[in-house]
Amino acid sequence: MADNTYDVIVVGGGPGGYVTAIRSAQLGFKTCVVEANHLGGICLNWGCIPTKALLRTAEVYNNMKHAADFGLKVEGVSFDLEKVVKRSRSVAGQLSKGVAHLLKKNKVDVVDGFGKLAGGKEGARKVAVEKDGKKVVDLTAKHVILATGARARQLPGLEVDGKLVWSYREAMVPEDMPKSLIVVGSGAIGIEFASFYHTMGAEVTVVEVMDRILPVEDPEISAFAKKSFEKQGLKILTKAQVKELKKGAKDVTAVVEMDGKTQEIKADKLISAVGIVGNVEDIGLEGAGVKVEKTHVVVDEYSRTGVPGIYAIGDLTGPPWLAHKAEHEGVICIEKIAGVADVHPLDTGRIPGCTYCHPQVASVGLTEQQAKDKGHKIKVGRFSFIGNGKAIALGEPEGLVKTIFDEKTGELLGAHMIGAEVTELIQGYSIAKTLETTEQELMHTVFPHPTLSEMMHEAVLDAYGKVIHM
Amino acid sequence: MPIQVLMPALSPTMTEGTLAKWHVKEGDEVSSGDVLAEIETDKATMEFEAVDEGTIAKILIAEGTEGVAVNEPIAILAEEGEDPAEAAKAKVDGGGAAKSEEPAKQEPAERETVAQEEAKPTPGAASDAKPAAGEGQKAPPAPRTEDGERVLASPLARRIAAAEGVDLTRVEGSGPHGRIVREDVEGAIATGGAKAAPAEKPSTGGAPAAGATPSPAPASPDDPIFQMLPSFEEVPNSGMRRTIAKRLTESARETPHFNLQVDVEIDTLMAMRKQLNERDGADYKISVNDFIVKATALALQRVPDCNVAYTEKAVLKFSRVDMAIAVAIDGGLITPIIKDCASKGLATISKEAKELAGRAREGKLKPEEYQGGTFSISNLGMFGIKSFNSIINPPQGGILSVGAGEQRPVVKDGALAIATVVTLSLAVDHRCIDGATGAAFMKELKTLIEDPIALML
Ligand SMILES: Cc1cc2nc3c(=O)[nH]c(=O)nc-3n(C[C@H](O)[C@H](O)[C@H](O)COP(=O)(O)OP(=O)(O)OC[C@H]3O[C@@H](n4cnc5c(N)ncnc54)[C@H](O)[C@@H]3O)c2cc1C
Repeated sequence: MADNTYDVIVVGGGPGGYVTAIRSAQLGFKTCVVEANHLGGICLNWGCIPTKALLRTAEVYNNMKHAADFGLKVEGVSFDLEKVVKRSRSVAGQLSKGVAHLLKKNKVDVVDGFGKLAGGKEGARKVAVEKDGKKVVDLTAKHVILATGARARQLPGLEVDGKLVWSYREAMVPEDMPKSLIVVGSGAIGIEFASFYHTMGAEVTVVEVMDRILPVEDPEISAFAKKSFEKQGLKILTKAQVKELKKGAKDVTAVVEMDGKTQEIKADKLISAVGIVGNVEDIGLEGAGVKVEKTHVVVDEYSRTGVPGIYAIGDLTGPPWLAHKAEHEGVICIEKIAGVADVHPLDTGRIPGCTYCHPQVASVGLTEQQAKDKGHKIKVGRFSFIGNGKAIALGEPEGLVKTIFDEKTGELLGAHMIGAEVTELIQGYSIAKTLETTEQELMHTVFPHPTLSEMMHEAVLDAYGKVIHM
Repeated sequence: MPIQVLMPALSPTMTEGTLAKWHVKEGDEVSSGDVLAEIETDKATMEFEAVDEGTIAKILIAEGTEGVAVNEPIAILAEEGEDPAEAAKAKVDGGGAAKSEEPAKQEPAERETVAQEEAKPTPGAASDAKPAAGEGQKAPPAPRTEDGERVLASPLARRIAAAEGVDLTRVEGSGPHGRIVREDVEGAIATGGAKAAPAEKPSTGGAPAAGATPSPAPASPDDPIFQMLPSFEEVPNSGMRRTIAKRLTESARETPHFNLQVDVEIDTLMAMRKQLNERDGADYKISVNDFIVKATALALQRVPDCNVAYTEKAVLKFSRVDMAIAVAIDGGLITPIIKDCASKGLATISKEAKELAGRAREGKLKPEEYQGGTFSISNLGMFGIKSFNSIINPPQGGILSVGAGEQRPVVKDGALAIATVVTLSLAVDHRCIDGATGAAFMKELKTLIEDPIALML
């Protein structure tokens, strides 16, 4: 066997790609990952991880500013932005090295360069790798898994210039703290940056075209989040659209239309967070006959593209754009290829989604409206943080846990939370959904006291009229 | 150690299949992912891929062999470094006797080793062969309660089973360690698999169907009657042909069918269809049938008493409409399913129907894509058929037959007028759907088709 022949080639070393490669090697396949920029992909280098490092800084900073509430005397709280960014970068760097180590340990070869399907009948499973315009190597494999990820969507008129108009990339490594900031788009990415910059002292205005922020969440949670942000001093404009952007030397003025009226908002910077498009260009999809719809590769439930031996996973295949979705999709794809028994398609209804703003937001499954639209007769339970001992002790009395059950079967259809640490709590409901528990098992589960998790219990009890602490 | 290649279970309900074709021969080197053989189940032919690498040391089951039990060894694979000739002599444990003849060149002694064993899979067989191979094999079904053992089932699966009267010991689990999950129970309800299905008479020995009520056996080609007829070519019954014969015979015999007919005018619908299809950027082409599929699903949602199946203990009322659409294919017909049809939009239905029908014709449907379904639609309008009645596909409670759309004279406000009319015929199972219920459904369906804007809501 020549050295450049593999059982499996994974193009792209993000969370989708590298996890798939490790699982592939575990299954006994000779595996290689082609990565153009940085192992760990967007998630480790420019997404999930560095933003969480920044948000942790914001959280500690916020706590320090409220130290007096806890009986502490702290004076002259301030920050050094360069060090804040440096910490975030070094967290990303450390984890990216960790990925390199894991791949090596699992005997996955890593090829540094930009991979492209060579195309043609024989070339479909051939991957040509280039670096800086120069050819590196041609690889062939029985199975090629594309995991090239996605990037920020550019809106006409709001094109990222890196100076005044930022994408998440620039927003993650600011050189100066903007005094004022406009965030366009209120999905998870937009809201996380809005929350970070607001906490660090910027005057932030969020502009959202839909009628509510965090539009994928349950409307009740969106409304709760809006109220909470506004109380903190964030400005939020919904059903609003940037009609025009005027750029000055050091600031921008956005002409925003809302309720038929226009207003001008001036700010030092504008962050465009209006969605994600798949990296479908220049990777030889057309030549290989892989179907692309809008900006995503079309795949079936096992990530097959329809071209034998070519698969696509992760952000490249469309929403939800989440690292854990990419990982699971990849593992299912490679296990299906290996013929592992009992491989099932990923049930997107069981993928939790988290936003790490303050207060945090987390959910899994159907919203109340979606459940009704699907014809379910439902029972809804709610529990507020104010009724939970641990929340009060933590000084986090603001938040809500909401559960939605099918009245007939007791199936947990959805769970929606906002408040402190809910991103760490949601997996309890995710496990419940995976195990197909009904309200009974959740009621019989013993939750430790005092914890925030007790609210998850109470929200179930509430759905059945048995709530204790409210 | 040589690896036994076992007959795969290509669907949760598959117990045996036909080894239609070998793609490899003895001495061939294979690596994982290579197609070893084609396996034919009752409805589809599927490719069976290698999990392990090695050399085919011996083929145990000749191609064309029918009724090969799941988990029966079908070939022996020598691993790298093993002598294929030695491997070929390896004792074959587990698996059952091939029902059909082995290739003649096989040595009698070996034939016996295969034949001696009873037709039951040895649980450890797969993992004996090679640790990793365990991952490639379907786990044996979980222990059943016949001897008081615990059935592994999720709480939700238990809840639904209890509510719907499903016997969990008869449901095969697709979850981890053979655990029964919601989908399995719903699947069992849809196919009637978990209980004495209405069409399937309980037979004493647990043998399939025929047992209790002997049905008149179909004629044999050797029957003297055929001697009196012109000469003929014998086309052997495919798995699909047998399934069609079995299920429809049972249905026609066991299910008290009754039929209802109604004419619907589709001029408004056709105008709307044109408008939709001509919209800027329309990436769909909705057919009249797509409209009828959607309308039928909505009508069933509005008259849920028609979205039912009859069973011994209870009438099962389904929580959603999974629409089976009859598609004629080479050598028979198949009914791909549009799941949760009522909640899907016209464009989605249209795309899914096209895509499923396309793959149905290529024989590429997966079992879960054509098994199940709560109601069926059959359309012969394209052949100019004015109206017809179909046989219900058990355990479903009904089937709608759609005729051709044609201009007919109609009387409107006392005057003669021309309208485009389709005749719809409904066949329902009278055990679970009464005349008035069926009629209420047809009325709803007519209203929806004639006022198609309601389909958009
Ligand atoms: C600011 C931000 C915050 C986020 N926060 C979260 C979060 O908290 N939780 C969460 O779950 N998700 C979060 N996400 C989303 C998450 O980052 C993505 O869903 C995830 O990275 C997708 O993984 P992937 O493997 O599909 O693609 P990516 O991570 O995009 O990886 C693709 C990799 O492929 C490489 N590549 C591309 N083309 C080629 C080629 N032709 N040849 C070789 N290599 C190539 C790229 O260099 C990249 O490393 C966030 C995203 C952003 C932008």
